[in-house]
Amino acid sequence: MSPRDTRLDRALGAAPAAAPGPRPLAETLAFAWRAILKIRHNPEHAFDVVVTPVMFTVLFTYLFGGAVAGSTDAYLQFLLPGILVQTVMFTSIYTGFILNQDIQRGVFDRFRAMPIWRPAPIAGAILGDVVRYTASAVLVLAVGLVMGFRIEGGAGALLAALVLLNVFALGVSWVFTAVALMVRTPGTVMTLSWLVLMPVTFGSNIYVAPETMPGWLQAFVSVNPVSHITTALRGLLEGAPSLSAIALALVTPFAVTAVFAPVSMWLYGRER
Amino acid sequence: MPQAILTEDLSKSYGPTRALDGVSLGVPRGQVFGLLGPNGAGKTTFVRVLSTLIRPTGGRAEVLGHDVATDPGAVRARIALTGQFASVDEDLTGRENLMLLARLMGLSGSQARARCAELLAAFDLEGAATRQVRGYSGGMRRRLDIAASMIARPELLFLDEPTTGLDPRARADVWAIVRRLARSGTTVLLTTQYLEEADQLAERIAVIDHGRVIAEGTAAELKARVGSGVLRLTLRDVVQAEQAARIATRLGLEAHAQDDPRLLEVPLAEAEAAIPLLSALTAEGAPPVDFAFGQPSLDAVFFALTGHGTETEQELAE
Repeated sequence: MSPRDTRLDRALGAAPAAAPGPRPLAETLAFAWRAILKIRHNPEHAFDVVVTPVMFTVLFTYLFGGAVAGSTDAYLQFLLPGILVQTVMFTSIYTGFILNQDIQRGVFDRFRAMPIWRPAPIAGAILGDVVRYTASAVLVLAVGLVMGFRIEGGAGALLAALVLLNVFALGVSWVFTAVALMVRTPGTVMTLSWLVLMPVTFGSNIYVAPETMPGWLQAFVSVNPVSHITTALRGLLEGAPSLSAIALALVTPFAVTAVFAPVSMWLYGRER
Repeated sequence: MPQAILTEDLSKSYGPTRALDGVSLGVPRGQVFGLLGPNGAGKTTFVRVLSTLIRPTGGRAEVLGHDVATDPGAVRARIALTGQFASVDEDLTGRENLMLLARLMGLSGSQARARCAELLAAFDLEGAATRQVRGYSGGMRRRLDIAASMIARPELLFLDEPTTGLDPRARADVWAIVRRLARSGTTVLLTTQYLEEADQLAERIAVIDHGRVIAEGTAAELKARVGSGVLRLTLRDVVQAEQAARIATRLGLEAHAQDDPRLLEVPLAEAEAAIPLLSALTAEGAPPVDFAFGQPSLDAVFFALTGHGTETEQELAE
């Protein structure tokens, strides 16, 4: 018997008894840990979605800032809260991308054949997303601070802004989760998600105040949830928080979760 | 004690396609059971139904005494699945893959670390433990995949085509591992496209085609129906090949023509039967320019059992 056979026999013989679950909390945390490992191994996923917003911030501030808001400084104060919204929304695409990849690669088959809490893989991934949203928002914010952005509301406002951004992105990401469970390839998830995100982030009050827009566009901007959260964030970071704006900003994530979370779980449990 | 697997008239349809068409099969505990069949025969569907990933559309299936449709939780607690495409996470390292599954199996942090180290050493993955699986060879992925299934010892392990796409050396490694698994008493359901693999590893073999079991028995029983081997002859030209076929028929053997008209395959009950044939060919002026004795191909098995080749071969012929 070769030394390897001996090692194999010992390892196979020494298997600990399984303590079959489900244990919802421990399993969700294990999947969240996996999501964080994935960020560590693929930092480009976080980088990708941060570069575009940073580029926009620099470009728009110095190119149009003076023309749009009278000074680059004033424009940066106006622009950055919305850029943070755009950042977390771009980041949320990767939720669907990674999920679809897992399914295509067969990784989820193993999980689905294990005695674990069924939603744990998805719940864990979402928990891990909090880390990604916070990291990408903080990164963009840091660039803004270097360029001269001021958080008038102080540390409390900053914390509240990060929480609001996370709640919004977590809610909205259920849409991409559902998309990821319906389409065949991670590439398709990307394409579809950008198709949705481009109009909703640009057709908002992130870049310019809607007053000069044509009426039909003003109408779209005023019902666009991205405008709602941008308004709420501006208030918070300027030190003039508006509870009604925050409440309005929270309607969409909760509504989306109420509809798309059950749909996603059903799609996840469905046979492939 | 119930059997490891018991199915009665198990069916799975996708619209008009019957992926499983009434499979009744019993797999005893403590052995390696081989499920042999070509691509698309229903092997993976069978494994997916038994591992609770998909529900049967007809008949019933019990795994370790638990019905897969009504009690999937009890089944999942007792099995492990190593799917056809290595079901490990490419982005994570080998150790991280095992750690994740160990935590999901309910091992504590220190237990999980110790168990992962033990498995990485046993499966020759120590050196690659901190590398992303993305950079692993096919053989290393397979070993990690099987190690992942053995964190807590399952009562039944599904190995779906564990060596498809592997080079001969990696295949030998996987075979060695399956042999150790068998010795450790784990029941293994192994699917494969290779008769040789089923013959080498499995105590009992079921041959599956178009979602139906067309033969079942020990490797010896199966080979008695198929012949233990096949003599592959290469003749100098078509004329000599035809002459050789006549000589073989005269000696009471079957000679199967191949796509290349200079080739002949002669199934033989035993290797010795090749000697009088080779002598006759040489004496009568049709000496082979090359010959080889080997296991019958899957196609030869199907030919013997069903009178037709595998679908892929037929499609190629068309």
